[in-house]
Amino acid sequence: MNSFLAQEVPISWYLLLSAVLFSLGVAGFLIKRNLITVFMSIELMLNAVNLSFVTFAHEWHAVKGQIFVFFVMVVAAAEAAVGLAIIIAVFRARATLAVDRIDLMKL
Amino acid sequence: MTSHQTITVLLHHGFIIYAHLWLIPLAPFVGFLVNGLFGRHLPKWLVTTVALLASLASFLYVVVDGPALVSAVALKADAPFVETFGQWINIGTLHVDFIFVLDELSLVMLLVVTGVGFLIHVYSVGYMGDDEGYARYFSYLNLFLFFMTLLVLAGNALVMFVGWEGVGLASYLLIGFWFQKTSAADAGKKAFIVNRIGDFGFLIGMFLLLANFGTLTFTEIAAKLAYPGWQGGVVTVIALCLLLGAAGKSAQLPLYIWLPDAMEGPTPVSALIHAATMVTAGVYMIARTHVLFDHSPFALSVVAIVGAATALFAATIGLVQNDIKRVLAYSTISQLGYMFLGCGVAAYSAAIFHLVTHAFFKALLFLAAGSVIHSIGGEQDLHKMGGLWRRLPVTFAVTTVGVLAIAGFPPFAGFFSKDAILYAAYLQGANGKALWFVGLVTALLTSFYMFRLWYLAFLGKPRGETAPHHSTPWSMLGPLTILALLSICGGWIGIERSAGWINMERFSGFLAPAVGARAAVGGSTQLELMLSAAAVAVALLGWLLAYLFYRQKSTLPAQLADALPGGYRLLANKYYVDEFYGATLVKPLLAISTYFLGWVVDKALLGGAAWLLGGVATFSGALLQRWQSGNIRSYAAWLAAGAAAVLLFLVVPWPAVLASLSAFHLGAAGH
Repeated sequence: MNSFLAQEVPISWYLLLSAVLFSLGVAGFLIKRNLITVFMSIELMLNAVNLSFVTFAHEWHAVKGQIFVFFVMVVAAAEAAVGLAIIIAVFRARATLAVDRIDLMKL
Repeated sequence: MTSHQTITVLLHHGFIIYAHLWLIPLAPFVGFLVNGLFGRHLPKWLVTTVALLASLASFLYVVVDGPALVSAVALKADAPFVETFGQWINIGTLHVDFIFVLDELSLVMLLVVTGVGFLIHVYSVGYMGDDEGYARYFSYLNLFLFFMTLLVLAGNALVMFVGWEGVGLASYLLIGFWFQKTSAADAGKKAFIVNRIGDFGFLIGMFLLLANFGTLTFTEIAAKLAYPGWQGGVVTVIALCLLLGAAGKSAQLPLYIWLPDAMEGPTPVSALIHAATMVTAGVYMIARTHVLFDHSPFALSVVAIVGAATALFAATIGLVQNDIKRVLAYSTISQLGYMFLGCGVAAYSAAIFHLVTHAFFKALLFLAAGSVIHSIGGEQDLHKMGGLWRRLPVTFAVTTVGVLAIAGFPPFAGFFSKDAILYAAYLQGANGKALWFVGLVTALLTSFYMFRLWYLAFLGKPRGETAPHHSTPWSMLGPLTILALLSICGGWIGIERSAGWINMERFSGFLAPAVGARAAVGGSTQLELMLSAAAVAVALLGWLLAYLFYRQKSTLPAQLADALPGGYRLLANKYYVDEFYGATLVKPLLAISTYFLGWVVDKALLGGAAWLLGGVATFSGALLQRWQSGNIRSYAAWLAAGAAAVLLFLVVPWPAVLASLSAFHLGAAGH
């Protein structure tokens, strides 16, 4: 039991989780029609990547990966702000958030 | 380098001459630029001033500086004065400089070109006075002088070719000066296209020169030909190619057909370009490249035969022409044939002599004809003139001088030069007598048709509307008078006194350094006098015939035409040469152009290829267009698929997979 607790979670589990999350994000991005859900799928992919960064940083005792995660989070936050603003603008202009119908650059 | 030498030479003699040959073509070029660019907005007097000053400037430069330069260099060294302005082409073994040469030959030619050119500029002031395109006309005329002086000064074949093409351009522009008239525009095109055939020969000749001698500079070619071993063969081919070029420019058989049509241009243009200067460029070119012809007896005899044939052929056509300018045009072709005949018997100085005198009297005749046409309101038909001597006394007087000069009566200019050519032909080997005889018959015909013109236009009773509409201004009468004086005295430059007796060798002696001295074998003063007497006799006979035909009994021409209807029609239709060329060359070429080039090549091949390329682009565009749907999820799907493909390529150990696959396959086969 002691040995079980003392044992670390193998790296492959983290990576597997990351891959699953990423795939869910891709699938959501491709399948979902609502712009906000698509947006959330992108966040999911970002976080899946963050997870694998942290995993490798821990594995190789390199701090670079963790720094990278912070960068990704900062960019994601900025992106969220800009993205949501765009979504609002799009909704105002077109009265819809269905990505299929937002397929022209001009109205 | 050479110019510095010259200056030091001249310092020894106590005076300096600055050699700036480039000024000679530059002056008319500036005139062309000014009048061509701004002429329409300038007052008329300014256009006139610019044009006249431009031509006068180069004439004065030639007169003041040219003889001194030539004689000074002749004192220093037995070589012409050469001015190099730098390298033009320098690729591999091909070196062509931009080079001018001033020797006796180019000096004589320059004096004629700029001198007669200036006189005709003056004449044009009166003649073209009320034309709308006054400034355009003078800019073209200056452009012509620019290119012509470039041609004459050229020290190598390529510079000459630039001038050669340039005068062709000026000729084209001036023939088609009244381009609203379809006939004038067509005549310009005809001249240009026929000249292309000749220029093709000139170009091939230049290529062969480069291939065999490695140079286009005339002096270097002469130096290389001085080595023994160059005789016939490739030299003959080069000479014949150059002859083709000369025949095109100088309207010789079989390329003479453009010159009669060139009379569509204004009459001073006919006088300057199509009688006095440009059409003699071919003669000048042969004299300039005479070393090549000297090394090829065959090419030389071809030149002589072409010249003699053209002289006779054109003279016979001239007998029955009714348009005053066309009579003069065929006469010009015939006289150019004389010059070629002179070149062909290696009497280059005689040919150049005839070129000079011909420039005087033919320019005179054309300008006089222009004066007639100008004063009777544009009528050119000889049969509608008559009795003009009373109304145009000055024109009548100068025309008389011109007719006597071209017919070869002493002491007028044409006598001396024609005599020199006939004498040289007579002494030329086995064919000489035949060539001389053809020349003599041509002299008879020349005298006949010139006096025919004289009688029809000026004597007899007025026919048709011949009341003068304009008085002739002094700007026209002045040049006429000067040219008449030159037509009287121009031949005397050949006379010199030696050993108590006069002979005609002065001009050829002057030209000898440039074109070589002709060794007259078997000649004697008695023979020369006899030949001269024969030439004068046939000229008198021609006059007498013309008198009988057109003065004494004016039904004689009609009777003769009735008696020989076939012959008359043949001559009146100019031997059907235009029709022959039309049927054998123009029609087939047009058919090939229309059906093969137009339909097969242009429409089917080129059009089809363009259609095919366009179709492929449109089709593939339509296919790829679907990709760019604007649907963000499809973009993302393609992105994901691409990423998956890259991942598949990178992650899967393909060699191992393939190996195991083939092992499995083999194993399965083994079972």
